[in-house]
Amino acid sequence: MRRYLIPFAIFLVLMVFLGIGLQLKPREVPSPFIGKPAPAFSLPILDKAQSSFSPEQMKGQVWVLNVWASWCAACRDEHPLLVDFAKTQNTPLIGLDYKDKPEAAIAWLKQFGDPYRLSVSDINGQVGIDYGVYGVPETFVIDRLGIIRHKHIGPLTKEALDKTIIPLIARLQS
Amino acid sequence: MKLKFFPPTGFAFLLLFAASLFAQPNSPEPLAPSVSDNPALEKKVLEVSNQLRCLVCQNQTIAESNADLAVDLKNQVRKQLIEGRSKEEILKYMTERYGDFVLYRPPFNTSTMMLWVGPFLLMLLALVLLVRQIKQRKRDLLQENFSVEEIERARGLLNRKLGNKQ
Repeated sequence: MRRYLIPFAIFLVLMVFLGIGLQLKPREVPSPFIGKPAPAFSLPILDKAQSSFSPEQMKGQVWVLNVWASWCAACRDEHPLLVDFAKTQNTPLIGLDYKDKPEAAIAWLKQFGDPYRLSVSDINGQVGIDYGVYGVPETFVIDRLGIIRHKHIGPLTKEALDKTIIPLIARLQS
Repeated sequence: MKLKFFPPTGFAFLLLFAASLFAQPNSPEPLAPSVSDNPALEKKVLEVSNQLRCLVCQNQTIAESNADLAVDLKNQVRKQLIEGRSKEEILKYMTERYGDFVLYRPPFNTSTMMLWVGPFLLMLLALVLLVRQIKQRKRDLLQENFSVEEIERARGLLNRKLGNKQ
């Protein structure tokens, strides 16, 4: 009896480990930015190229930075959620248009709706590198002091917004 | 890193396809890796990029990958080398942005401890078990009492085997 029990026990342990392995998301690399100040930048505003935006201007309020691009298919999936977010929430949503042609980006926003207070264009992707962006879309929650509090990799889901991001914003604002 | 003997083209295609499902820039402008004509610099670029993981295609280094991000990071490495930064400084720059995961050779710290010492621990455990097993078998054999008939029978069997062989 014991002879069968031991392999069976090993099998069970293995199953547990493999099961845990399945739950992990290797795509979602933990960001080293959580709890660190949002990197500074100054980039031209998408539809007003002569004026620029920098995260400094957001000091004192909790805001959301969403990295998107017109070439990014997954951005299309999350877009309705962002439009909805902009309608129902008061939190400023800033877009970082990553490695995109401004004309294409402006046309894209016209087609799908523009939830952003403003978008900046990061044509060569340097700011993307500074923010450790590796898979668009990505979303950052930044607090009043300019500290990154949360990073969501990949398209937002309703669940992520309702269960994590919106409660976090509420907590940071209070 | 010299010639690869099995160019895994089909597999690379699959990987590329999988990567494209995630989010690959449909290049706003053609992005050929800009290679300088300085061989010493390029060698150094390759050396540094061989130690950095491409985060889009996680099992490749940025030296091997042609993903847009990998090309951008290679250019970043080249730019910083030209500016005179050391390899350590560049690796630090990347780690600050992408975390330890970007290093192809994971650093030794509390979260990676099992990764580094795990195999040695397993090996040690296997050795201990093996030695115990061998000792136990020897002890069992010494404690065994054979009767005269059993020894006779064993001898007979051994002789017959030898006889068959000849």
